[in-house]
Amino acid sequence: MALATPSSHGAATASSLTRELTGSKRDVRGRIVEIVLLATLALSLLILVALVVNLVQRAWPVLSNRLGDFLSSGLDASNAAEAGVWQAIRGTLTLAVIVAIVAFPLGIACAVFLEEYAGKSFFARLIRINVRNLAGVPSIVYGILGLTIFVKFAGDITGGRTVISGGLALAVLVLPVVIITASEALRAVPQSIREGAYGVGATKWETVRSHVLPSAAPGILTGTVLALSRAAGEAAPLLLVGGITGLLRTGDQGLWEQITKGGFTSMPVAIFSYARQTGADFQAVTGAASLILLVLVILINALAIWLRNRFEKRW
Amino acid sequence: MMDTRVTVKQQDGVEGMDPNNETTTAPVFRTRDLAVYYGDFRAVRDVNIEIRGQDITAFIGPSGCGKSTVLRCFDRMNDLIPSARVEGTVEYHGIDLYDKDVDAVEVRRRVGMVFQKPNPFPKSIYDNLAFGPRLNGIKKKNELDEIVESSLKRAALWDEVKDRLKASAMGLSGGQQQRLCIARCIAVKPDVILMDEPCSALDPIATARIEDLMQEIKQDFTIIIVTHNMQQAARVSDRTAFFTTEVNPESDRRTGVLVEFDDTQKIFSNPGDDRTEAYVTGRFG
Repeated sequence: MALATPSSHGAATASSLTRELTGSKRDVRGRIVEIVLLATLALSLLILVALVVNLVQRAWPVLSNRLGDFLSSGLDASNAAEAGVWQAIRGTLTLAVIVAIVAFPLGIACAVFLEEYAGKSFFARLIRINVRNLAGVPSIVYGILGLTIFVKFAGDITGGRTVISGGLALAVLVLPVVIITASEALRAVPQSIREGAYGVGATKWETVRSHVLPSAAPGILTGTVLALSRAAGEAAPLLLVGGITGLLRTGDQGLWEQITKGGFTSMPVAIFSYARQTGADFQAVTGAASLILLVLVILINALAIWLRNRFEKRW
Repeated sequence: MMDTRVTVKQQDGVEGMDPNNETTTAPVFRTRDLAVYYGDFRAVRDVNIEIRGQDITAFIGPSGCGKSTVLRCFDRMNDLIPSARVEGTVEYHGIDLYDKDVDAVEVRRRVGMVFQKPNPFPKSIYDNLAFGPRLNGIKKKNELDEIVESSLKRAALWDEVKDRLKASAMGLSGGQQQRLCIARCIAVKPDVILMDEPCSALDPIATARIEDLMQEIKQDFTIIIVTHNMQQAARVSDRTAFFTTEVNPESDRRTGVLVEFDDTQKIFSNPGDDRTEAYVTGRFG
């Protein structure tokens, strides 16, 4: 009899086996953790949705009545009916271009040096740690720095309180972020790729240029574009460096004059300046401007994701 | 192509300095009291070995015995590890590879390497092959085409990939990728090919193809192979070096040593050292 039974539960009938297997012992704690985690996710999403819904509600008078006019009007914090964001949008895009031109090459070059050339010396480690610390420095501090260096000290070159000074301050602000993300992308390139290149007699620079940088490019690109979206959302440093609140008249200045000499504003600065005004009209204007900034930043992030998916490498 | 010479530092009493006039009797590599350290850890010590040209030399031994470390001295790959330090000498055709005037890049153009895990560049098959020759200044497309084709043929891969040279090398199977890496190595026409456990990530059929390939190319290249697989060493190599680990009683750390270096047949049938016999008969390691 015992010969044919596979286990000590030999006496169990088929129905009792079914009962055991389909089970009483549920993983109760596991279920609770799962529910708590789901609840936190739902809460976070809910807050986000509430924010957007609230913004749309607030902005509705502007969005429904004069969206085109709003997008094409200049900064005017004295008259809600005339207020618009086109100078702010243009300012933000100009700032983004300056940040891209200055911070990207500089940051990527720093990362290549730190990862590929600096080695593991004490000095290199010290610099790496400090770059991480710099990334945590509050943006207002970079504003003070920008005011001191770009507006006051180098005012002859930057034109003082211009979009150039603003762009440089933002570039310095995101530089550590660019260095860190680019470093991480470079570190993710497998050592075997480098060995393969060295193995056929490549120099260090040939290895970096032909294999390491192309392999790291998608990661570097994603990180830098995300840094750009951070720069696009900053108000504090720009307020110090001379971002215009209130009323910005550009008159008949040409584009180049506006960049090198004229005052500038940006989306976050415009939002700040509209939010300070009282009245339902300005609430609507503030909401509409915030929504537009949100869309801008989401577009930049979408670009980052698209770039990553498009160029993603596998090894 | 290979005429840019390593800066020659004449060693007293060493004949045959020119690699191109090398006769097969003089050693390609000769180490004297070679020891390698990683930081203050001594990975391997007192290695004295002579590698003959046009031979396949196998390095066998248990994990941690320093066989890969020694192999990586022959193309100065250890330079890539910041903490690595080499003592003693490694001579390549009589030239001290670790002389301060010797350029590691020039060494690696003569001493190619195939790695444990196939590591094709994430580029096309063609670009994998053409990278090395391009470094050597070959720009003309027809010349590159010729090198790509002949190298792939030598590596017995041409028939499988000739219709998709522009396809990514990452799409090849593991065995094909490893043959591609061998072809990439051959494309720069090296003098020596170092192989660091080239088949450990491959199945037996792919392994057999690599072993056949080694026999095919051995008349043109000096090959040194590190392997965990004793049957592989017995099958492919002419000479075998057995390494093992010794525990330092003071620090309790293991250091690799070369136990025996002889004809493969002798190592496997009538080894001179008990430790070798224990290892090759499977009683140890």
